Amino acid sequence: MKFETPAGANPIDAMKVIGQAVDRVDGKLKTTGQAPYAYEHKDVPGKPAYGYVIGAGIAKGRVASMNTAEAKRMPGVLAVVSAENAQPLGKGQMNTAKLLGGPEVDHYHQALAVVVAESFEQARSAANAVRIEYERGSGRFDLAKAKPGAQPLTGNDADTHTGDFEGAFAAAPVQLDQTYTTPDQNHAMMEPFATIAWWEGDALSVWTSNQMIAWNKKELAATFKMPPEKVHVRSPYVGGGFGGKLFLRADAVMAALGAKACGRPVKIALPRPFMVNNATHRPATIQRVRIGTTKEGRITAIGHESWSGDLPGGGPEVATQQTRLLYAGANRLTAMRLAELDLPEANAMRAPGEAPGMMVLEIAIDETAEKLGMDPVEFRVLNDTQVDPEHPERPFSQRNFVRCLQEGAARFGWSRRKAKPGQVREGRWLIGMGVASAFRNNINMTSAARVRLAGDGVVTVETDMTDIGTGSYTIIAQTAAEMMGLPVEKVRVKLGDSSFPASAGSGGQWGANSSTSGVYAACVKLREAVAQRLGMDPATAEFIDGEVRAGNRSASLAEAAKSGEIVAEEAMQWGDLAKKFQQSTFGAHFVEAAVDSYTGETRVRRMLAVCAAGRILNPKTARSQVIGAMTMGVGGALMEELAVDRRFGFFVNHDLAGYEVPVHADIPHQEVIFLDEADDKVSPMKAKGVGELGLCGVGAAVANAVYNATGVRVRDYPITLDKYLAKLPAIA
Amino acid sequence: MTDQPPKMAVTFKINGKAQALMLDTRTTLLDALRDHVGLMGTKKGCDHGQCGACTVLVNGTRINSCLSLAVMHEGDAVTTIEGLGTPEDLHPMQAAFVKHDGFQCGYCTPGQICSAVAVLEEIKAGIPSHVQGDVSGTPEMTVLEMRERMSGNICRCGAYSNIAEAMAEVAGVRIAETHEAKMRDGEVRA
Amino acid sequence: MKAFTYERAKTPAAAAAAVAGHKGGKFIAGGTNLLDLMKLEIETPTHLVDVQDLGLDKIEETAEGGLRIGTLVSNTALAADARVRRDYGVLTRAIVAGASGQLRNKATTGGNLLQRTRCPYFYDTNQACNKRKPGSGCAAIGGFSRQLGVIGTSDACIATHPSDMAIALRVLDAAVETVDASGATRSVPIGEFHRLPGDTPHVENVLQRGELITSVTLPKPLGGRHFYHKVRDRASYAFALVSVAAVLNEDGSGRVAFGGVAPKPWRVEAADAKMRSGASAVARTAFADARPTHENAFKVTLAERTLAAVMQENRA
Repeated sequence: MKFETPAGANPIDAMKVIGQAVDRVDGKLKTTGQAPYAYEHKDVPGKPAYGYVIGAGIAKGRVASMNTAEAKRMPGVLAVVSAENAQPLGKGQMNTAKLLGGPEVDHYHQALAVVVAESFEQARSAANAVRIEYERGSGRFDLAKAKPGAQPLTGNDADTHTGDFEGAFAAAPVQLDQTYTTPDQNHAMMEPFATIAWWEGDALSVWTSNQMIAWNKKELAATFKMPPEKVHVRSPYVGGGFGGKLFLRADAVMAALGAKACGRPVKIALPRPFMVNNATHRPATIQRVRIGTTKEGRITAIGHESWSGDLPGGGPEVATQQTRLLYAGANRLTAMRLAELDLPEANAMRAPGEAPGMMVLEIAIDETAEKLGMDPVEFRVLNDTQVDPEHPERPFSQRNFVRCLQEGAARFGWSRRKAKPGQVREGRWLIGMGVASAFRNNINMTSAARVRLAGDGVVTVETDMTDIGTGSYTIIAQTAAEMMGLPVEKVRVKLGDSSFPASAGSGGQWGANSSTSGVYAACVKLREAVAQRLGMDPATAEFIDGEVRAGNRSASLAEAAKSGEIVAEEAMQWGDLAKKFQQSTFGAHFVEAAVDSYTGETRVRRMLAVCAAGRILNPKTARSQVIGAMTMGVGGALMEELAVDRRFGFFVNHDLAGYEVPVHADIPHQEVIFLDEADDKVSPMKAKGVGELGLCGVGAAVANAVYNATGVRVRDYPITLDKYLAKLPAIA
Repeated sequence: MTDQPPKMAVTFKINGKAQALMLDTRTTLLDALRDHVGLMGTKKGCDHGQCGACTVLVNGTRINSCLSLAVMHEGDAVTTIEGLGTPEDLHPMQAAFVKHDGFQCGYCTPGQICSAVAVLEEIKAGIPSHVQGDVSGTPEMTVLEMRERMSGNICRCGAYSNIAEAMAEVAGVRIAETHEAKMRDGEVRA
Repeated sequence: MKAFTYERAKTPAAAAAAVAGHKGGKFIAGGTNLLDLMKLEIETPTHLVDVQDLGLDKIEETAEGGLRIGTLVSNTALAADARVRRDYGVLTRAIVAGASGQLRNKATTGGNLLQRTRCPYFYDTNQACNKRKPGSGCAAIGGFSRQLGVIGTSDACIATHPSDMAIALRVLDAAVETVDASGATRSVPIGEFHRLPGDTPHVENVLQRGELITSVTLPKPLGGRHFYHKVRDRASYAFALVSVAAVLNEDGSGRVAFGGVAPKPWRVEAADAKMRSGASAVARTAFADARPTHENAFKVTLAERTLAAVMQENRA
């Protein structure tokens, strides 16, 4: 099925199940410890052996020698596999660095070997007995130092120019020109990278933890130089991903290598202190924003440049993306430059591009509003656009951005904010309020599903879609239930198996809309088959309350499958509506922060997000997506930073004690409002994503609240107290 | 092959059921539960006491099972998430987590729930906390206290606000800490 | 983790003898730091002597009117003890500012004093560290040092001691009581228990091989108002950037120790004498010999401002 014209009325519009705050259908399993994650599957042929991965102790150079003799003699050891004795591996298209290094070392903690043993304790101990000597090479580890040599990009990442930015900026009566930085960040998902792998003949099977099953299957096949049909990937429960599990990682490759070497299933979970440098991260950026306005506050020139680094062959953090679309203004410039660095691989983390881009742009907007003497909500409202500013003939599919700002302001009590910073005190605490816009594009991906109607009236959905905490199980069950006229309890959902039709997977906040659209398409086909089986006209048949009705006839849904299961499979594909209409999601974040005027400690006291993201498929799980993103945004604003050792080229704080993410005590009661929307240009579901939208802008709202509290502007994230302590009011 | 690693017998009760194991002395309580008893509900998030996903109750007290050797628990009674309730018969805290969507990916959830159950007991028992105004007094059953005491359980999905609601419901206290918080959440507005 | 044998000792002297008699022997109590380090092979004992059965888990009143805290008293039990909460509030406050509820339930009094540093270079066995591998150098100097020490450090090591509890014990003038394999006991003032790194940063305290901490004693209550203010990057479950343990009198006099700044709880008695002159005077004296890095120089300012906050609370 191809979505080529705006959706008309369809069965989803009934919203008997869709749009309802249904409890997660996998909730009872997850809360009782019965949902199996990658490392925990018992459906494995034979007793698994345990693998322990050894990583490079240097960032750049060569392995001079690897002595495995002692390790091999240790009790229980079954195999030690390294580049020396592994089969030659290919490299998947999506990885920048090789997943098995050696003798060349491309980054710190790059996997160099795996030790396989009868027990976890034996494997870990033997891994520590492998002696590796290195020839240390010189590497590039400092973004600021590499910035002058950073290179422009082509294609989607090329510079953009609209009108005459330089001229208009120079002529603008009010100008902002500031440079900001965002640090390297870590996904820090709670479930480590983990895989159980085994070979049966030339076929490879894995239980793994991955967001994109079809990609993973293809990449495993490319790595082991085998046909994709011989690879079976299963990932029914994923303990968080945030982009870190989009790609094939070392756990799966090393488990497969180990399994081949010892002829048994091998299970591996990467140790937490190893994950940070072994896997991917969101790269640091240096960003310059220039905004020129009229005296009345209309933006006439807006320019955003960003510098980031990655390993040779890698890509940039696309931090200027949103600036092409968020605000009006005739004269525009965006530019990205990419430096080569020998740090671990930079790659996608939740809302790649917009997350750090909005952290910066929305401070710049706050600063510009202050220069204008305007309220920052008013300034944003004034510069709204209903069309793509680079292509004014191209409207947004739906854009209720202004309503997000205005409803949020009213709800939050924004009018109580003092424009002049540092004015509100409660005892020792300085209190401030901050606002930021939220913006993230909608992306649609081809997504297929298979639906089966059994004789007992139960519908089973099969798709390789993943649920990484996003609520996929639940919204897919709701979609099938709505389409087939059933309660959610009559729908079974099976996910995360490469033997199922390929879905959109979980990434880029495309998962909810795309995967449910695929289920919609399959259900349309199933409805036709059911109607035909019952001898009814598929065009007029209605599916309500477990019955199929057409004209004056009705039959139970189960009856259709009495003589045998009815199976339908279909994919949703996308036409060019995304070219004709800019499809994006919008929101506004409001934050109240308190800063101890003596010690500089910051506490976030209130948070509100107002989101406009099309139809909300399940307000309960969607709200959870948004509050979770708001929590991650607080982390990005106040504490999260991978500290780079610029001499030795690695992230120093590579565990969960060193890389601090928010804990319970950091997060106040959070509020979320969803505007009641249905965007008919995006899909038959009329829905868009919220999981990344919720993160975009939160950090800046916190930053602006801290500024409003203290009067000290910090332009380098995270906003830790050492950056403003000396500028706080003198102490008594 | 060099000498086999030392092994020792240990007997303890897991969720009321006696377990006699012969273990490599290096085996943590966490790995004993997961790899030897086969109870996978207790999670390994960091294996270094930095996340709380492995929280279990030992003789009624919550600990990180990753930082405890199994052989040190001879004779102990351990309760894991599987011992609190089952999908057919949820513990009230498990039911409250489902109702308030106090989880997303679910990986930290067993640890959060074991901690949450213990935290309410710790407050009732008068164990002091960092956010208590007067540590010589009795702590109050408030969401502020719960948030502080739950801080050893990291949830990267960020379900904290919902977990607080679930705990407040089980404890029978009001969630509201500010007047704004009285406003209802998550509603779709016209 | 290297393989090890394991035993449960029955008496303190037997435990001490078991460790003394075993090359590679080590005590284990709560295990919350030792097992963490054993997994990384930073600690590699070949024999563990479990001390949980020694009966040293009681808090008793001393003849001098103070308290004797058994080494196995958990951090939670110590913080929750009614006498501690009433008379030694700074100790309760310090303990509950540290780690998490789960860790405090397992961690013990003696073990807390023996925690090793959280310096990230100590924790990464690929990096040079004089504390972990004497003579290998210090990768932290010139590296990521934001969390590390500003005073009492040396050219060999700039690590800090991570304990919160010990900061309070220092301000309370506690003493550490030990027994050795011969059954001999001694009492070490807390201020002399931890050693500054000098050129032997791997020697962190005065304990001899096989010497077991049996208890920590508190002198009779000091009175005054008790404060522990811990500043960190997140609101809970994090090590201190700076912490201030203080016992203050109504007239502003009192005593103070600082955490997060030095290889041991940092107390300078000459600085105590300046309490009535304000935080700035105290900090100038306490941190006169500070030698921070460019990344952690803020800690000196933060220590002064945090003490000022505590003084302000005392006045309020």
